[in-house]
Amino acid sequence: MDIFAIIIAALFAQNFVLSQFLGICPFLGVSQKTSSALGMGIAVTAVMVITCAITYPIYTYLLLPLGLGYLQIVVFILLIAALVQILEMVLKKFSPGLYSAMGIYLPLVTTNCAILGVAKIVTATAITAEGAQTLTSWLDGSKYFMAMSYGEAVVSGLFYGLGFTLAIVLLAGLRQKVDKLNVPKPLRGFPMTMLTACFMAMAFYIFTLI
Amino acid sequence: MKLKRFKEIALDGTVRQNPTLRLVLGTCPTLAITTAALDSLGMGLAVIFVLVCSNVIISLLRNIIPDKVRIPCFIVIIATFVTLVTMFMEAFLPDLYESLGMFLALIVVNCIILGRAEGFASHNPVGESALDGLFMGVGFTLAITLMGVVREVLGKGMLFGYQLWNFKIGFFANPAGAFLTYALFIALFNVCYNAVERKAKRKAARKTTVQDEVAEDAPAVEVANAAKEAK
Repeated sequence: MDIFAIIIAALFAQNFVLSQFLGICPFLGVSQKTSSALGMGIAVTAVMVITCAITYPIYTYLLLPLGLGYLQIVVFILLIAALVQILEMVLKKFSPGLYSAMGIYLPLVTTNCAILGVAKIVTATAITAEGAQTLTSWLDGSKYFMAMSYGEAVVSGLFYGLGFTLAIVLLAGLRQKVDKLNVPKPLRGFPMTMLTACFMAMAFYIFTLI
Repeated sequence: MKLKRFKEIALDGTVRQNPTLRLVLGTCPTLAITTAALDSLGMGLAVIFVLVCSNVIISLLRNIIPDKVRIPCFIVIIATFVTLVTMFMEAFLPDLYESLGMFLALIVVNCIILGRAEGFASHNPVGESALDGLFMGVGFTLAITLMGVVREVLGKGMLFGYQLWNFKIGFFANPAGAFLTYALFIALFNVCYNAVERKAKRKAARKTTVQDEVAEDAPAVEVANAAKEAK
């Protein structure tokens, strides 16, 4: 796949939040202020890149050859949880300033479906012609091949993260105005935020038509 | 007393703390899956299964799991049941498996499940936890299936996969339509909920005034009380 095509797709056409609906919780929850939205975006991007860089080799060279592909969910979620813990400790030790700016968002990242989603997307496998003929092919790792290369996996992790950051920062900017409007009481809070997101999704939808 | 507790849990799960419409949890599958009513129903059933099973296991182990590592423990338990559901669907319901895609595996990080594990199952007995899981799941399923019906009828002119008519508004089938439908659902639910609550409050207020048999309207009583205190 062309790297440029991956970048455009990850940022706009397949934007994680506005077209794939991954990571909606932080998108709605941590977007009151542009600064906190940016912090969340950076935290998510950093964890996404590291997650892609680590889960891809583990899945390709450890789980699949051993025929343990079905353990994917359990292994990935544990890896992500451990990774976030370690990242938090490293930040606390070596860069307290960055930790105090970003630290509160890091634990939230663990149960963010965007991270597990990106790990699932980059480790997507296709079945070989030979494997498709046998019934129990999911037990046999040798009958799969990876749909993405390692470089593509890491780059798409980075740009999916940046796409998330773009969406959440834009929404935060809009919300700083929208939240001050005098809207009917039942629409206050989440419904109004979602209506704002609705208009953003319309704008991003244009990119899928190109 | 037992029946009262049962009623409380059931009402909390389906209406008062409806995870989709009041707590606004588990939004990702809600927005992504509701393009078709049947997919929504399948998703809801999968979530009910995972929620009940994980609640039961976590409730059974609540005195064994150390407090410091409880979140990883919960996640592993949940992930196990999600893997079970995923494998079951892949084997027996391949069409549904195909259309739910990634979101089936993402039940692991669905905040409803971890939220109930942390907020209810980790300090309540087994029976109540199972009930709580069941009714929270039912609340989620009802909400997303209704949204699925609305979006499928408007966006595709179909209902549960059957063609109703040829009229369709493509907007409701794409991402922006998902946000709009969800926003309107929450707003409508809030309107209904507030109306019912106000009615219940008025009823309760009337009951107490009748019991007291003091004055017709509450402000007069307050004024009288204030005057008494002043003296």
